[in-house]
Amino acid sequence: MKLSDSREIKADRATVWAALLNADVLKACVPGCQEMSGSPEEGFEATVVQKVGPVKATFKGVVTLSDMDAPNSVTLSGEGKGGAAGFAKGGADVRLEEIPGGTRLIYDVEAKVGGKLAQLGSRIIDGFAKKMADQFFERFQQEVEGPEAAAEVAAPAMAEAAPAAAAPAEEAAPAKKGFLKRMFGG
Amino acid sequence: MPKDSGIGASSKRREDVRFLTGVGNYTDDINMHGQTYAYFLRSEVAHGKINNLDIADASAMPGVLKIFTADDLTAAGGVPCGWQVTDRFGNPMQEPKHPILAEGKVRHVGDPIACVVAETLEQARDAAEAIELDIEELEAVIDMKAALNDGATKVHDDLDNNLCYDWGFVEENRDAVDEAIKNAHHVTTLELTNNRLVPNPMEPRVAIGDYSRGKDEYTLYTTSQNPHVIRLLMGAFVLSIPEHKLRVVAPDVGGGFGSKIYHYAEEAMVTFASKVVNRPVKWTCSRSEAFVSDAHGRDHVTKIELAMDENHMFTAVRTETYANMGAYLSTFAPSIPTWLHGTLMAGNYKTPLVYVNVKAVFTNTVPVDAYRGAGRPEATYQLERVVDKAARELGVDPAELRRKNFIKPEEFPYQTPVAVVYDTGNYHATLDKGLEMVDYANFDKRVAESKARGKLRGLGIAHFIEACGIAPSNLVGQLGARAGLYESATVRVNATGGLVVMTGSHSHGQGHETSFAQVVADMIGIDENMVEIVHGDTNNAPMGMGTYGSRSIAVGGSAMVRATEKIIAKAKKVASHLLEASEGDIELKDGAFSVAGTDKSITWGEVCLAAYVPHNYPLEDLEPGLEETAFYDPSNFTYPSGAYICEVEVDEETGKVDILGFTAADDFGNVINPMIVEGQVHGGVAQGIGQAMLENTVYDENGQLLTGSYMDYAMPRAADVPNFSVDHSCVTPCTHNPLGVKGCGEAGAIGSPPAVVNAVIDALHRGGHTHVEHIDMPVSPARVWAAINNK
Repeated sequence: MKLSDSREIKADRATVWAALLNADVLKACVPGCQEMSGSPEEGFEATVVQKVGPVKATFKGVVTLSDMDAPNSVTLSGEGKGGAAGFAKGGADVRLEEIPGGTRLIYDVEAKVGGKLAQLGSRIIDGFAKKMADQFFERFQQEVEGPEAAAEVAAPAMAEAAPAAAAPAEEAAPAKKGFLKRMFGG
Repeated sequence: MPKDSGIGASSKRREDVRFLTGVGNYTDDINMHGQTYAYFLRSEVAHGKINNLDIADASAMPGVLKIFTADDLTAAGGVPCGWQVTDRFGNPMQEPKHPILAEGKVRHVGDPIACVVAETLEQARDAAEAIELDIEELEAVIDMKAALNDGATKVHDDLDNNLCYDWGFVEENRDAVDEAIKNAHHVTTLELTNNRLVPNPMEPRVAIGDYSRGKDEYTLYTTSQNPHVIRLLMGAFVLSIPEHKLRVVAPDVGGGFGSKIYHYAEEAMVTFASKVVNRPVKWTCSRSEAFVSDAHGRDHVTKIELAMDENHMFTAVRTETYANMGAYLSTFAPSIPTWLHGTLMAGNYKTPLVYVNVKAVFTNTVPVDAYRGAGRPEATYQLERVVDKAARELGVDPAELRRKNFIKPEEFPYQTPVAVVYDTGNYHATLDKGLEMVDYANFDKRVAESKARGKLRGLGIAHFIEACGIAPSNLVGQLGARAGLYESATVRVNATGGLVVMTGSHSHGQGHETSFAQVVADMIGIDENMVEIVHGDTNNAPMGMGTYGSRSIAVGGSAMVRATEKIIAKAKKVASHLLEASEGDIELKDGAFSVAGTDKSITWGEVCLAAYVPHNYPLEDLEPGLEETAFYDPSNFTYPSGAYICEVEVDEETGKVDILGFTAADDFGNVINPMIVEGQVHGGVAQGIGQAMLENTVYDENGQLLTGSYMDYAMPRAADVPNFSVDHSCVTPCTHNPLGVKGCGEAGAIGSPPAVVNAVIDALHRGGHTHVEHIDMPVSPARVWAAINNK
């Protein structure tokens, strides 16, 4: 299955880029992630627990980064083996564009599953993959912007009809609270 | 008046007492002392190279006795194919090796890679999960036409390409058919798919291997439709076990529909493993596993052209079919799209010229083989769909177009242009009967009634022919069968007059234990309960070929009749001695032997006793005992036929199809047990409706089975089928077997799919949606709606 979407993050591109390559951020963002270790150069190893329809399994897998063009684009590819439950493979082409007040993160995700996951879960796999991607990038946004910012963003986003309030530049500031704080201990 | 016993009586199925009260003895009910459990690690990818298979850690897991991989099986042969098809250029088909466990490559999701044998099933499964397996996924070959493109990825590296064979029949007629189509007054063309089906017998497969070290003998308990065939194939071709050292038992079997004909890798694996671990090894297939390891059915993509002259008489039929073989050749796979399909393309009609081209293709999918009807549903579907389309194009009544082109009753025996000779039939009679049953004359009124309720009503007719009672061994030998297709029976009379009949046929739901007993009891004139039918054990029954292709009563029943005739002949000799009369004067009636023209008589029981207690017995002229064996090899196929008529209502807003009525008027020849025959037709029609309305097997482009459970693979439920109207009063007895029977097991699944689809198309046309020429099965609401709305 394939899906494409984008998300606007109130942080500058370098910040978003750094977050994308950070194992701790990825751990916090991958839904069901129990462990994540490694580096952008050598790839990440991850353990993820997920339930797809009737199949619940612990996936052990690797995530590799390729086609890295800092801070513009990167391809993340992952493969997870869930033992008797089957396997899941996927990739995301991620691009970052500077926009007023932050960064637009654009992603094209492709995922496929095999074994019991495909046999029993194919009917729901598209929805599942979309939910996973949405959750990942939602959390990623929160991680980068920090919880307060995310909450602030949520309100105007809900009231979309409100007078086109171009995102004020100062709103980018709280973005550093979450991820950067932990990253740099600041 | 219906008879109350013997041939023609609706005797209640005696086997149902144990089936319905839960005391049947299925293979999974068998548990042996010291039994171990096998679990297969199967491929999760459709096509891949095994870069690493490390069983070291898994082998050390608790309870594991041994993990088998292909390395353990180097001395064993591959799973054999039982039929070699010769292509239209005179070359043998491409036949790849089918290893028991994957050798370096996996070729479909479900392909077994390793077999873990452990003390418990849970331990075996845990160990299988601990096996280190590194598979490099390769491009999967799924679409049949793409598989034949130059440079397409090969399923088997050692074959030239993915084409198993390119078969033409009748090859000599190829040009004449082309010419006839070119010069025809009208040609109707139709392209269609016969959807791939998963067989889904109620009981999944089970196999238990048991090696006796003391006697150096093997026993395999298995869910098989033909234990002798498994013994021969596995013993001779896979494991090199002589047949006298190998016993195969197929006890109660809960449905097969073809999927339990074949010899499967798991059977050989547990048999082999039982000697290595020196313990019985049991494997029970889960339902999920069955979806990816039982041979599937159908999966044809066809283009058919029907040529007619100005009088609407059929002049030629030309078909081109792509038939999916899956990743390996299952036991009878090559014969299904060829000899069980091409030879039926004349249908019930006097079409003088027929040419059938079939390209069988290897793909990275589960192997495909016979499924209820096997080739004949595929033939019937395309033919009865194209005839219906032709009638619509010509603006004539589809019943009338059929009637006009039918072989006439006085024209039998009829030599078709596709090799087979129909011995008897009366298609006009069955069609008329069917139309009478559905009140065809008043159908327009019902259309109006439906219209008043906002629904579109349609009626679909199909008239099928099938070739059953397979098969004359000499003929099938010429066609590439690597076996004979006779049947056997031993009739053993006990001293107190009861009989045990050991048949090479196998019953897995068909009710042989009842209907076979009716025949023997009727011949002798004794109570049915004095006859016991034994089957499914190679140590009891003589070498037999099993049950499939609606062959049991026609071939197995005939063998039993021949053996019983021998019994009666010998019993008459005993009676003539006891009655001190000439053998030629002895008559058998109602279980008593009498001397013609006298009142001297002796009972069946007295004769049996004398045969086994030969105190006053002409030992020099007559052996003691009363036991006879016969083998029967038919001289022709049998040709059941019938009219199948479906009436539907379509909701044009949602595309939902409701089947309002389904009628089958069959000619099965003579009928032994009308109730059982009716039940067989009901089951077959339900399966046919399943194919037409609900069932479909879908692979994604990577070869993952997307319809791998009952959440996605829609089996017909009770609410999906209507009450059936079934008739088999039109009888033209088979001319070449002693019972005059034709067979009824597959008819329902053959005749019903085209009737359903014809009815849906009819409804749409009556509703003004005349642009809809065809909808592929299953005719789901989504497909019907899309067809109506040109989506």
